[in-house]
Amino acid sequence: MTATLTRGAERLHAAFAGAKAENRAAFIPFMTGGFPSAAGFPAVADALLAHADILEVGIPYSDPLGDGPTIQRASEQALAGGTSTRRTLALIRDLRARHGTPIVVMTYVNPIYAVGPREFMRLAQEAGVDGLILPDLPPDQDLEIADLAAEHGLAVTFLIAPTSTPERVKLVAEACTGFLYAVSVTGVTGTREGSALSEVPAMLVLARQHARVPVAVGFGVKDAATARQVASVADGVVVGSAFIHAVRDGQDVGALAAEIAAGCGR
Amino acid sequence: MSMFLPAYPQPDARGRFGRFGGRYVPETLIPALDELEEAYLDAKRDPEFLNELERLLREFVGRPSPLYLAQRLTEHAGGAKIYLKREDLNHTGAHKINNCLAQALLAVRMGKRRVIAETGAGQHGVASATAAALLGLECIVYMGAEDIRRQALNVFRMKLLGAEVREVTSGTATLKDATNEAIRDWVTNVRDTFYILGSVVGPHPYPAMVRDFQAVIGEEVKVQLEAVEGRPAPDAVVACVGGGSNAIGIFAPYAYLPEEERPRLIGTEAAGEGVESGKHAASVAGGRIGVLHGSMMYLLNDDEGQIVAAHSVSAGLDYPGIGPEHCHYSETGVAEYVPVTDAQALEALQLLTRLEGIIPALESAHAIYHAVQLAPELGPDGIIVVNLSGRGDKDVAEVMRLLEQERDAGLLDRDPEQLIAEVLA
Repeated sequence: MTATLTRGAERLHAAFAGAKAENRAAFIPFMTGGFPSAAGFPAVADALLAHADILEVGIPYSDPLGDGPTIQRASEQALAGGTSTRRTLALIRDLRARHGTPIVVMTYVNPIYAVGPREFMRLAQEAGVDGLILPDLPPDQDLEIADLAAEHGLAVTFLIAPTSTPERVKLVAEACTGFLYAVSVTGVTGTREGSALSEVPAMLVLARQHARVPVAVGFGVKDAATARQVASVADGVVVGSAFIHAVRDGQDVGALAAEIAAGCGR
Repeated sequence: MSMFLPAYPQPDARGRFGRFGGRYVPETLIPALDELEEAYLDAKRDPEFLNELERLLREFVGRPSPLYLAQRLTEHAGGAKIYLKREDLNHTGAHKINNCLAQALLAVRMGKRRVIAETGAGQHGVASATAAALLGLECIVYMGAEDIRRQALNVFRMKLLGAEVREVTSGTATLKDATNEAIRDWVTNVRDTFYILGSVVGPHPYPAMVRDFQAVIGEEVKVQLEAVEGRPAPDAVVACVGGGSNAIGIFAPYAYLPEEERPRLIGTEAAGEGVESGKHAASVAGGRIGVLHGSMMYLLNDDEGQIVAAHSVSAGLDYPGIGPEHCHYSETGVAEYVPVTDAQALEALQLLTRLEGIIPALESAHAIYHAVQLAPELGPDGIIVVNLSGRGDKDVAEVMRLLEQERDAGLLDRDPEQLIAEVLA
């Protein structure tokens, strides 16, 4: 752990604090970089950023094993359109020129290793990325990634799940510098069964014993009603697949974002 | 004879073979992997589990598989004696059953009644479905749409055995995508599902556990070779590698011997249309270090980390990575990995069939090809053991199609018959 907060961590914590001051959970929409196309992405991101406390941008990846079919297909479409690692970071740099809202990048580790961890962090820093979400990197797998991120001013977010043991929750929570991401269900993104959120409160009690950062909940939050449920117990609400569906169906993404953002009130 | 499972010095406590291996998976799976590791270590020490596994391997699989001196192939190659370790004679037709039975027994021991598996050529799927039928488990097998086309007979076999085959159309619709889908299923149903992983890939403890379950191959060779040649180690051991389970099974009992006692260990990678063509599955020769399916390994991926589609005539080798222990062997010089092309494998398949009356799987044909090349180099005092990992029944329709296609495209100005005659000349 670095003794002082990185620039990215400070900005993320401020976003959570701002939402809390308004008695809300932070609203964290997700969008796949370069989806539906490199040209179409900025407008979608703008629509989300108009309501977001933090925007999560996914680096499209060929083998996203933590994602369900919705985000997987969005990744395939973005890749087919020529967007992957460097291009996604360039798209974020362009967003940064128009928006002050913090932006975090969700990426599987292979793109980081392929570009080179140090080079990847340098590019992310240069693009104005505030933090990284690493769905296939348990924090004890690669201790250097978090250090390299910190060196470049980036916060890191690791994930806990309903299956996490108390020891794992402690280890993961203590490693997070941006926020802690609690996965609401055992499953991939975009899937949720009726009663799945029932496991969230107990998980959060455990997480808060160890986390020195805000705790956000994601996976399966798809509308204002589920957002409200999650917002009553979490510091932040992550919504992803619902926005991919909206883009694909030609819905008004901004209106859906406004609705779910309102749902994040307590 | 009571059985024991080997204890090798690798991986380390964190599941690493040198820098390779590890557990790059969603956090949801970490407790399940811990639980699996604990259950495996416990089973490994339990005589009841080991006796049951030994009994099934003997009575159900037909172990030990013979070590066969391929006399006519040896004469044809003109050099070292070529022995074949006949894993093709196992029940279900390949080495895969060794591991599947063991993992299915472990599933029962852990109280899991639902098993899932991924399959490329279908051999692991058939073996998983077989083990599930034997032990009364629900079985779901993920298989790429492209492989379903290539391996229709195995698909039918799995269904006949009571398994549900789920077609995977994402990505390249082959083994890597079937593996992604199996992992996603496991993430979702982790509390009541056992994932029977088919090769020495995936997150720790899979590469170590699958190796231990396949090491029976090499352990038997040591005893069998001692009996016929008076020494436990040949000069060279050759086996094909996709993920690498049959190769690890025959390598591992030798790999940790002191260098002077160790035979040359040679893995044949599927070079497809040639490593330089870009259409291949040779992860050591044509890949670089990356992470796929939970493990750090040599991997076909581009400079932005996207996984590159692998290509091989053999569905079972059509995988863009190679098990972490093989990566470590390669990096430390314990084993060599050589590319063998589609055309060379097809040639070797016909050669072995005509000379020995054994139709090998296309996978194993890659190893046969290299053994024939190596034999003159080692000379008549040399001994080569080739792991004949599976039989070719599943491949004959595809081989027929390929040979006819070559003839029809004018690539062959002769019938397959003539081509074979030429190969043998």
